[in-house]
Amino acid sequence: MPTILFWIFSLIMLIGGIAVVAFRNPVSSALSVVTCFVGMAGLFVGLNAYFVAVIQVLVYTGAVMVLFLFIIMLLDLKAEAARPRKPAAILAGVALIVAFTIQFIGVLSNHTNSESVPLDAKTLANAAEIGVESGRLQADGKIVKALNDGRLPDTHLMGHTLFTRYNLPLQILGTLLLVSTVGVVVLSKREKSNNAD
Amino acid sequence: MDYLTLAITLAKIIFLTFCVVLLLVPVSVYFERRFCAVIQDRVGPNRTGVPLTLFGFKKDCSVLGIGGITQPIADGIKLFLKEDFTPNYVRKAFYWLAPAITLAPSLITACVIPFGSEVSAFGRTERLVIADLDVGPLFVFAIASLSVYGITLAGWSSNSKYSFMGGVRSTAQMISYEISLGLALIPVLLYFGDLNLSRIVEEQSRHGWLLMPLWGHDAAHPLLPKLLFWFPAAVAFLIFTVSIFAETNRMPFDFPECETELVGGYHTEYSSMKFAMFFMGEYAAMVIGSAMIVTVFLGGWSLPFGMDEWVRNLNIGGVGIGGLVHLVVFVAKLVAFILFFILVRWTVPRFRYDQLMKLGWVVFFEAALINVFLAALVVAAPQLGTTIVGIGAVLLIAVTASLIWAARVSDPKTPPLRA
Repeated sequence: MPTILFWIFSLIMLIGGIAVVAFRNPVSSALSVVTCFVGMAGLFVGLNAYFVAVIQVLVYTGAVMVLFLFIIMLLDLKAEAARPRKPAAILAGVALIVAFTIQFIGVLSNHTNSESVPLDAKTLANAAEIGVESGRLQADGKIVKALNDGRLPDTHLMGHTLFTRYNLPLQILGTLLLVSTVGVVVLSKREKSNNAD
Repeated sequence: MDYLTLAITLAKIIFLTFCVVLLLVPVSVYFERRFCAVIQDRVGPNRTGVPLTLFGFKKDCSVLGIGGITQPIADGIKLFLKEDFTPNYVRKAFYWLAPAITLAPSLITACVIPFGSEVSAFGRTERLVIADLDVGPLFVFAIASLSVYGITLAGWSSNSKYSFMGGVRSTAQMISYEISLGLALIPVLLYFGDLNLSRIVEEQSRHGWLLMPLWGHDAAHPLLPKLLFWFPAAVAFLIFTVSIFAETNRMPFDFPECETELVGGYHTEYSSMKFAMFFMGEYAAMVIGSAMIVTVFLGGWSLPFGMDEWVRNLNIGGVGIGGLVHLVVFVAKLVAFILFFILVRWTVPRFRYDQLMKLGWVVFFEAALINVFLAALVVAAPQLGTTIVGIGAVLLIAVTASLIWAARVSDPKTPPLRA
C-alpha cells in the first residue's frame, strides 16, 4: 500500500509533465521540467533511495536544467511562444500516450501485485548475513555494521557495488566522459580560430 | 509514525528553523552594521531603541543598555511598510516567484544541520537535528543549488538589462563554484567514511576536530595519521570556505549585485518585502554556509579536549540538558564564523569577473582534485608516513603555482586605461 506521499509526489510529477507541453512559454516549460524532477526525487526518497534522490536534484535540477534555462533566457525565444500548435504533432502525442497506456495495462495485468518485504531490522540483518556468507561484504565493514544496526546504508552499498562488481564499466564510462569533454573543448576552439581567419 | 514523533519533529522544525536560523539573520545584519562601522572608523547604528517618547515618557529606552540593538527590527518594519512596487512589463508570475525560490532553499537545508547533541527527558532521547539523513552534505548542496533559479528568474523576469546581467553572472558563478565546493568536501568524506553530519560531528567530538586533532587518540585513531591528514583538511577548508563565499554571493565575489557595475544586480527592480526576501535569503545562505563549515571542519557542536563527556551528563531534574549546552556552543561558533564573513566583506576588495572565473576553474578545481588524491593517500596508506605526504604537499603547491602562472601568462594583455 503506497503512502499518501507517493500520491502527492506522483501528482506533482504528472502536473509538471503535462505543464511542460501545455505551456507556450519556453521558460515556463523548463521550470515545469524542474518541478517534475523534484517530484521524481520525492518518489526516490519514498523508495529509501536517498542517494539517488539527492543526485537527481543535484545533477538534473541543480546543474542541467539551470544551463537549459540559462540558454533559453539568453536566446529569449519570443517566436516560440507565438507559434501555433500543429494538429499532427498533437495527434502523434495522443497516439504515443495511448500506445504507452496499452503497454502498461498489458504488463500490469500479467504481474501479480505481491507485498514487498518491509525494510525492518530483521530483513536488513538477514541481508547482511547473506552478503557476508557470499563473500561480497566484509564482516567487520561499515556496511554490515549499519545493516545490523537496522539502517540502510544506501550510499555505501551503491559505492561498494560500483567499485567492486562494476568497476571496469565505471572506469570505461569515466574515460568516455573525459573524451567527450575534451571533444567539446576542441570543437569550440576550432570554431573560434575559423572566425578569426 | 505516531503523533508524538510528529509533534516533536514539528517542534524541532519550528524551533531550529525559525528561532535559530531565521533569528540569526537579523543578528548578523546588526553585527554587519556595527562591525563595518568599527572597521571604517564610524559609530554605526547606536540610537535605535524603544521609542518611549512617543508615549509621553521623558527618555527613549535602549535594550540591555546597548543603543541600536533594535536596529534590525526597525529595518524590518521599514521594509514591510515601504510601497511594494511592481514595474510595468515585468513577467509577473516569475517576478513574484523569484524571491520565494531564493529564500526557501536556505531554510530547507537547515534540516540536516546537527545543532546540538541529544536532549533527554521523560525517557526519550531526541537529537537536535530535524532530519538525520545519511546524505547530509549532498542534500545541502542539492537544495542550495536550487536557489540559483530564484536569482536567475529575478534577473530575467525584471525585464531590465542590469537585472538580467546580474542573473546571468550569478548562474555562471554558482555553477562554477559548486564543483570546487563538492570536490573540496570529498577528502572529508573519505576521512570519516560517512555522509551523516551527526555522526561526523560525533566522531570529531570523540577523536578531535578535523582542523584540531589533538585529543582522543586510541588504537583505532592514532595521532600520526590524524596529524598527517591536517594538511589536506586545511587545503579543503580553504577551498570550501572561499567557495562558500562565492556561492552565497558575498564580497569579494558579489558580482550578481555589485553596485558599481549593475546598480543592484538581479534585485534592481524589486522593492519592499520582495527585496527583503532576497536580502534574507542571502543572509540565511550565509548562516547555513557557516553552519556547514563549522560542522564539517570545526567540530560542530562539540567542545574541545574531551569536555563533551562532562557536558553530555549534565542534567537538571532528570532532564538531560547537555544538548542545549551544545546548541549554545554551536551558535557561538556560528556567530564567530559569521563575524569572519563580515570581516572579509569589509576588508577584501571585489575581484574582477574573469579573475573570479579563473580562480574557480583554474586554481580551485585543480587544487581540490589533487587534494582528493593526497587525502586518499593519507587515508589508505598512513604507514607510508610523512615522506609521501610531504611529496604530495610539494606537488600540490607546485601544480597550483604553475597553474596560477599559466593563467597569468595566458591573460590577454590590455593596455591600462588612462583618464
